Amino acid sequence: MKATGAYEAVFTGERRAALDRVLERYPTKRAALLPALWLVQEARGWIADEAMSEVAQLLSLTAAYVKGVVTFYTMYRQHPVGRHFIQVCTTSPCGVCGAEDVVRAVLEHTGCGDLGATSRDGRFTVIEVECLGACGFATPVLIDDDFIESVTPETVPALLRRYA
Amino acid sequence: MGFPHKPHDKETVVLSRYFGDPEAKTYDGWVKRGGYEALTKALSMQPAAVTEEVKESGLRGRGGAGFPCGFKWTFMPKEKKGPHYLCCNADESEPGTFKDREIMRWTPHALIEGCAIAMYAIQAEVCYIYIRGEFTEPIRIVQAALDEAYAKGVLGPNAMGSGKPLDMYIHRGAGAYICGEETALMNSIEGRRGNPRIKPPFPAQSGVFGKPTTINNVETLAAVPHIINRGAAWYKGLCLGNPKSTGTKLFSVCGNVRRPGNYEVTMGFPLGELINELCGGMPNGRTLKACIPGGSSVPILTKEETERCILDYEGCVASGTMLGSGGVIVFDDRADMVYQIMRLTKFYAHESCAQCTQCREGTAWTVRILERILAGEGAPPDLDLLLDLADNMTGKTICVLSDSCAAPVVSGIKKFREEFDAYISGAKAPALART
Amino acid sequence: MSAPHELVTLTIDGVSVSVPKGTMVIEAAKRSGVLIPHYCYHPGLPVAGVCRMCLVHVEKTPKLQIACATPVQEGQVVTVFHPDAMKAREGVLEFLLINHPLDCPICDQAGECELQDYVFQEGRSRTRYTPTYAKRFNPVEDFGGDILYVPNRCILCTRCVRFMDHAAGEPVLNVSERGDRAFIGIHPDRELDHPWSGNVVDLCPVGSLISKDFLHKARAWELDKAPSVCTGCSQGCNVILETRQETVVRIRPRSNLDVNHFFICDHGRHQYRWMNRGDRISAPLVAKDGALAATDWDHALAEATAVLKGAGGTVVVLASPATSTEALFLAKQVAGDTFRGAFRVERVAGEAPLDGVPNLALRGERAPNVAGATQLGYGEDFDEAVAAVGDAAAVVVLGDTLDGVPAQALSGGADIIYIGTTLPEVARGARVVLPSTNVAEEDGTFVNRDGRVQRYLQAKSGPGMARPAWWVLAELVAAVDGGEPAASAAAVFDRLADAVPAFAGLNHASLGTRGAMLPANVTAGATA
Repeated sequence: MKATGAYEAVFTGERRAALDRVLERYPTKRAALLPALWLVQEARGWIADEAMSEVAQLLSLTAAYVKGVVTFYTMYRQHPVGRHFIQVCTTSPCGVCGAEDVVRAVLEHTGCGDLGATSRDGRFTVIEVECLGACGFATPVLIDDDFIESVTPETVPALLRRYA
Repeated sequence: MGFPHKPHDKETVVLSRYFGDPEAKTYDGWVKRGGYEALTKALSMQPAAVTEEVKESGLRGRGGAGFPCGFKWTFMPKEKKGPHYLCCNADESEPGTFKDREIMRWTPHALIEGCAIAMYAIQAEVCYIYIRGEFTEPIRIVQAALDEAYAKGVLGPNAMGSGKPLDMYIHRGAGAYICGEETALMNSIEGRRGNPRIKPPFPAQSGVFGKPTTINNVETLAAVPHIINRGAAWYKGLCLGNPKSTGTKLFSVCGNVRRPGNYEVTMGFPLGELINELCGGMPNGRTLKACIPGGSSVPILTKEETERCILDYEGCVASGTMLGSGGVIVFDDRADMVYQIMRLTKFYAHESCAQCTQCREGTAWTVRILERILAGEGAPPDLDLLLDLADNMTGKTICVLSDSCAAPVVSGIKKFREEFDAYISGAKAPALART
Repeated sequence: MSAPHELVTLTIDGVSVSVPKGTMVIEAAKRSGVLIPHYCYHPGLPVAGVCRMCLVHVEKTPKLQIACATPVQEGQVVTVFHPDAMKAREGVLEFLLINHPLDCPICDQAGECELQDYVFQEGRSRTRYTPTYAKRFNPVEDFGGDILYVPNRCILCTRCVRFMDHAAGEPVLNVSERGDRAFIGIHPDRELDHPWSGNVVDLCPVGSLISKDFLHKARAWELDKAPSVCTGCSQGCNVILETRQETVVRIRPRSNLDVNHFFICDHGRHQYRWMNRGDRISAPLVAKDGALAATDWDHALAEATAVLKGAGGTVVVLASPATSTEALFLAKQVAGDTFRGAFRVERVAGEAPLDGVPNLALRGERAPNVAGATQLGYGEDFDEAVAAVGDAAAVVVLGDTLDGVPAQALSGGADIIYIGTTLPEVARGARVVLPSTNVAEEDGTFVNRDGRVQRYLQAKSGPGMARPAWWVLAELVAAVDGGEPAASAAAVFDRLADAVPAFAGLNHASLGTRGAMLPANVTAGATA
């Protein structure tokens, strides 16, 4: 989707310098695409169409190409989300350990109601994700960049209080 | 060791020795524990001799395929005509597997050292460590270790004073299971959709950026310094009778066990013992029902098969399954196998890259049929249909994601047919709302 | 590099075939008479290997192999119709159909749909996809230009994406999302308006990318097809004219690896409307009492013959470079020693190349036979030739529509023989008007910019009494010079080849459907 209001370029100043450092690691500009998209998402919380065009121009690609890549990788967000983005693993190994109860607890305590929805106060968005790769620590939950292990429905309220 | 639990007597702790030891994460702490001695030793050898040592050790790929590591290195061109690359596969995404995560969290320098030795052996100057995007903590830790390694001169333009450059970068994934497939991983590094490539060409001829490339799993690379330090004979000796499967292996045990975690045992360890003794068996007096021993892509074992299964490459095949990545998923008697199998196929349907027809359409269709059965709307021919679709999805696509979706369906119907029949006949109440 | 002619012999379904080393099994099979079913493979695009439809059995390999990416090997034994391969392909077809709508009755592709064809050939007779399942649904999208995308019919073969990426060099299409949610996406701010983008419609094996221009115009099985040559520019792309009830409704590329590979540009694709013009001259006309009156061919030809026989001086031929080589030759003959031939051609600045194919572009020179006219001695000095009309003994207008030529320029006294398809006002002062057919209505040849002589064949009949210009001129040549008139375009060409050294040795039969270089251009211009 498109950004609301006038679009401000992401890659200025320090972020532009960061992208230049990334470019040094690869023999092609295209290879900097995933890192560049991460820089956009860190800066804006999601990746708007305009940002895809900006990245495309910097890396000599087309916006169509960039969009094809963005839509392939599920961690790139194509829509704005709440201040805190919560990802709960529900794949089988966590599923048999009660991951779905954790999801219910998170939805209830964030007030999001539905998966993918943002709470009315704009604080949280919750989604289910496939395997987070910490199956021995069921149920893992990723809140923004914090990877939290062994979450149970009981520990959810205290956990959420850490995110204003 | 069975981190986060205390090591068990029956473990053989090599890779996991410093799990839980925060000092081991630092350069100084790592050197104090003998770190980078293997790299120094390797740099004093001829690259071919390093490869030979690893080949001789019998080390096989720990990512899932079990391809002999040293042999893979020999595929790289001997005469260098342009850049060579090493890719470290840290995209650990196979449900049930979380061993590479612990290696990176606790012993990042072990990985860096292993990568550096491999780079020397295959004459690569650049290594990309492809870490899945969700692994925020391992990314931070490995990056800190890389920064230290550069600062200490392990890496950089004059690596270890060798006069030769060694550069290592993290490439962060962004949510795609299939990027753990080696050619998809290379596409992802190149800034493309993570689509597996048709082979040939093989990576050693034309890999990342079209240059000769070797891809190794984290656990494989982390084992290399030990082999260089202590010799191939020592490593080969770490097996229980089967010379084709050598060394130690980290098994990630999860699901319905009392002490889930990573356990390091020698190849050939009995699966039953791992679950019942090391992991403390089932919680709360439950009993074992089924087990997937090698990550979600391998066939399911029944209780009896689990108790007889030997954990090495050949032992698992003899039990009708595969060692895979060593992700052991345990189901106790409460598990609804139909539901669990549906949940696994849903994972594959979500992760299919969309290239091959069988996979793109077949994974999603399989989910729909299983959901229908779970909703009490199944019919007897559905099981034959599932098996036939599984046949059409196996061995016919670019990569094995489609096969991986089919494997639990086939083994599940074969071994737990009565559970499917109960939903179809109406003997069991629907687990899902009607479609 | 292996030697260019190193051959490999293999067996495909019991037939032994020898092909150059490096050939893929799918191409080798074509040579042995077997079309292996396929979707993503296209000889003009990089191999993707994703549809998995071309799975075949290869002896001594554990798995079925995709024929599009399996190179031939000496002694290889390939079985296309092996039970395992047929089951695998039946499986692919079933998977492709589960999300494909059953809308063939309203789909433009029906009748020329590769999904229909292969399902009919090797698919299951009944679906096992429970009818209660909803099929994937996405709304029809206007991709801009001439193209609509019907995502529900898409089988994700990615031919269109690869065409835009690799052939057009303008990656505005992508595969978006993944798994069974995937679809073909387009650049958020762009349209599919590349000058060659219409090819994605031809490349699409199903009715997913369709032409707005052709939408619901005809069913594929109603179309008659004739090989032709594009008149849009001097590139000479090989095309097929598709007609329905004597009306050209579509132009599509005809493959020729020496000229246009598998593609034509959108400008050429749209060069058919004028072929169906309704304001055609349908009967010969002669001047009578200050006006033109319809007559029969004998009378009209006699009038024209009188003009030419009585002409004691220069005969100016104002020819269109979209006229057949045969007619241009005869017009020169009929003028005899006093021939002064001229043409004019629309020249547009810049070319529109198709990046991925060498020496292929929409050329600035917007006529198909400039090289033919030039070879035959016509000069591009049209205005000077018009100025010379005042001193000429006779004027033959051949195909030029006299746009912008003032009436007084032609009123100097010389009699005018006008041979054309339509009658402009200024031509009403002609002594004789002879109705000719257009490129869709006759046989003939054009010479492209590289000196390749290429035939085009008749696709429909001309209006009323209109005749091919070569026929008209052959009658006049016979009447003026004596002898029998040539009875066909091929016979005219034989005389041309005898008379004009540049064309020596060529004839219609040897030109075939792919054409041949003028002998002098063989080394200079050949690119194949």
